[in-house]
Amino acid sequence: MEKKILLSARGLSKDFPVSGKRRLQALSQVDLDIYQGETLALVGESGCGKSTLGRTLIRLIPATSGSISFEGQDISSMSEKEFRPLRSKMQIIFQDPYASLDPRMTVRDIIAEPLETHRVCASAQETTERVKELMKAAGLPAEYLYRYPHQFSGGQRQRIGIARAIALKPRLIICDEPVSALDVSVQNQILNLLKDLQAEFGLTYLFISHDLSVVRFLSDRTCVMFLGKLCEVGSTSELYEKPLHPYTRFLLGAIPGIDPRARGEKRPLLQGELPSPIDPPPGCRFHTRCPYATERCRREEPRLRDVGGRQVACHRWEEI
Amino acid sequence: MDEAITLSVRDLSTSFFSEKGEVKAVDHVSFDVPHGSIVGLVGESGCGKSMTARSVMKLLKYPGKIVGGEILLEGRDLVPLSERDMSLIRGEEIAMIFQEPMTSLNPVTPVGKQVQEAILQHRKISREEAKKNVLHMLETVGISEPEKRYRCYPHELSGGLRQRVMIAMAMICRPKLLIADEPTTALDVTVEAQILELLRELRDTIGTSIILISHNLGVIAQLCDYVYVMYAGQVVEHAPVLELFDHPSHPYTQGLMDSVRSLRRGDERLSTIPGTVPNLLRLPQGCRFAPRCPMAREDCRSCPPELSPVGDRHLARCPYAGR
Ligand SMILES: Nc1ncnc2c1ncn2[C@@H]1O[C@H](COP(=O)(O)OP(=O)(O)O)[C@@H](O)[C@H]1O
Ligand SMILES: Nc1ncnc2c1ncn2[C@@H]1O[C@H](COP(=O)(O)OP(=O)(O)O)[C@@H](O)[C@H]1O
Ligand code: SF4
Ligand code: SF4
Ligand SMILES: [Mg+2]
Ligand SMILES: [Mg+2]
Repeated sequence: MEKKILLSARGLSKDFPVSGKRRLQALSQVDLDIYQGETLALVGESGCGKSTLGRTLIRLIPATSGSISFEGQDISSMSEKEFRPLRSKMQIIFQDPYASLDPRMTVRDIIAEPLETHRVCASAQETTERVKELMKAAGLPAEYLYRYPHQFSGGQRQRIGIARAIALKPRLIICDEPVSALDVSVQNQILNLLKDLQAEFGLTYLFISHDLSVVRFLSDRTCVMFLGKLCEVGSTSELYEKPLHPYTRFLLGAIPGIDPRARGEKRPLLQGELPSPIDPPPGCRFHTRCPYATERCRREEPRLRDVGGRQVACHRWEEI
Repeated sequence: MDEAITLSVRDLSTSFFSEKGEVKAVDHVSFDVPHGSIVGLVGESGCGKSMTARSVMKLLKYPGKIVGGEILLEGRDLVPLSERDMSLIRGEEIAMIFQEPMTSLNPVTPVGKQVQEAILQHRKISREEAKKNVLHMLETVGISEPEKRYRCYPHELSGGLRQRVMIAMAMICRPKLLIADEPTTALDVTVEAQILELLRELRDTIGTSIILISHNLGVIAQLCDYVYVMYAGQVVEHAPVLELFDHPSHPYTQGLMDSVRSLRRGDERLSTIPGTVPNLLRLPQGCRFAPRCPMAREDCRSCPPELSPVGDRHLARCPYAGR
């Protein structure tokens, strides 16, 4: 089957103004395709621009430059009015569902809100029925209908966020660190749920995580980000088995292994501090921390190039 | 009295007296920290790990209170000590670091000064000598350009550097025991790996015993010699680290291990532990894990199980603990 592109971004950049008239480059010239029905993982250290990319892609925040197309339509140049009908097709779920749920609203009202805004149901009663269906899909017992967010555990709150996100039958969901605040047992419940919902509703996910150990289960492809730029994109299994970019290797190598016998083995530790996105290093942005950096790396920026079904942005990926 | 034990906690119970009743956050917890070892406390959030640590430091906030047990630091019981005596022990003999260093650092004082205060509190030395000590300790914890970093304010440092400053502050008096409560949970994996490496080095070079608290079995596997698994305020299993990872015996420990391992393998369907940690005000009768336990039987719900041996230096709180 031919893979169909659902969303695609070209040359996407996002700057934030910071003090002293300077600009912080949160995203710099990102090219990215998300295929219909896939889960694309987006990984990288905190502050590298993952959330900014997720939000910019669905126009929650405006891009500084670059274009985005969704289902073949250029959404980056649309007016707010033109874009409105498309908005419900793209949803987002957050790390901390508590912060994104209004504490004064019942679960029923929280999940009903998007249905009511978009006048999906004919009556309040029909809305309530639809809310119950959504709760069931998200694994929440219907008797919790009139409870408030604080009466739920972290995992259950994430289920509320998910029920709300799928209410309008979106095509794409940006999952921004949805399990990062949860214990592993509960985290796995939520990951299983996301997988089930994907199969049931034909969803496409951009799954953002700073923790590489959680993306393997869910994602088909993974892209690795460093300081506002993509440094490697590829199928998740290939990328985990044979990371090409030095940064990807460090990220994977740093995941604490769960075999205490293997701990004597020296792991390559990343040296130095993360450079600032306000004044990013010239050339390859990773060069200040890369053990393979050469003169060329300090001067010339490596482009993201296709290499046998994957993409990598490194001058020396073949030799190292 | 066994010379080789730095800390021995016996039947420690800590409760919160709330309007809704007594919350037994720590319920008859016992554990030993042998000299120069790293002992792990692991379990899901809300299991009582932090309250155990805060009890040892006697840093409980109202309405929390130690209601029973002993905390023996090299044989001396800390429980009956006055706040004045405790303040001499804190920092000098036991020190603690937390998940979020920002909350324990003063935002308006340079970090080097703060580490210096910590040593001046306990040692009668000149400011100059104190500063020399501080610079040396900053270097020991892997902070490059210590002179420059000494003058930085907390917000000018990255999360990883702030945690290093906290470790420097905790280690400045070379305490016998360092309690690290989720020290890497807020950090990226790359920084986490560095901090874990640092803790191991400090144990090896200074000989400080460490209690490492984490909800992450990977972190525990990397560092600990001996592990205690906590659930709903109790220790449900403990064993030397290899024994625990080779033969997790309590169904709760098994559930945690399966969850992590299945995630790491990238299974088609991930193992989980159904349900959530119980509310301590409404604890099930009998075994506290019974509502979530795949092996639960009728008698589990009536009779609370005791910790009993399942292997060499290996105990589990379940009569059906299997291998
Ligand atoms: N509204 C904003 N104003 C200024 N800077 C921002 C804003 N949002 C994000 N940033 C900065 O952009 C960079 C990327 O942030 P973010 O996308 O949140 O990273 P991530 O999700 O990977 O942790 C960071 O340096 C962050 O401080
Ligand atoms: N101020 C408080 N009042 C009542 N109960 C509390 C308070 N603080 C903590 N607790 C209880 O103590 C239990 C253990 O908490 P904690 O030790 O922080 O868990 P952990 O560190 O394992 O995540 C919690 O489940 C909570 O019920
Ligand atoms: S381009 Fe150079 S500095 Fe950048 S990752 Fe490759 S080898 Fe390292
Ligand atoms: S006592 Fe029963 S319920 Fe408790 S852990 Fe053992 S088998 Fe499970
Ligand atoms: Mg983010
Ligand atoms: Mg805690």
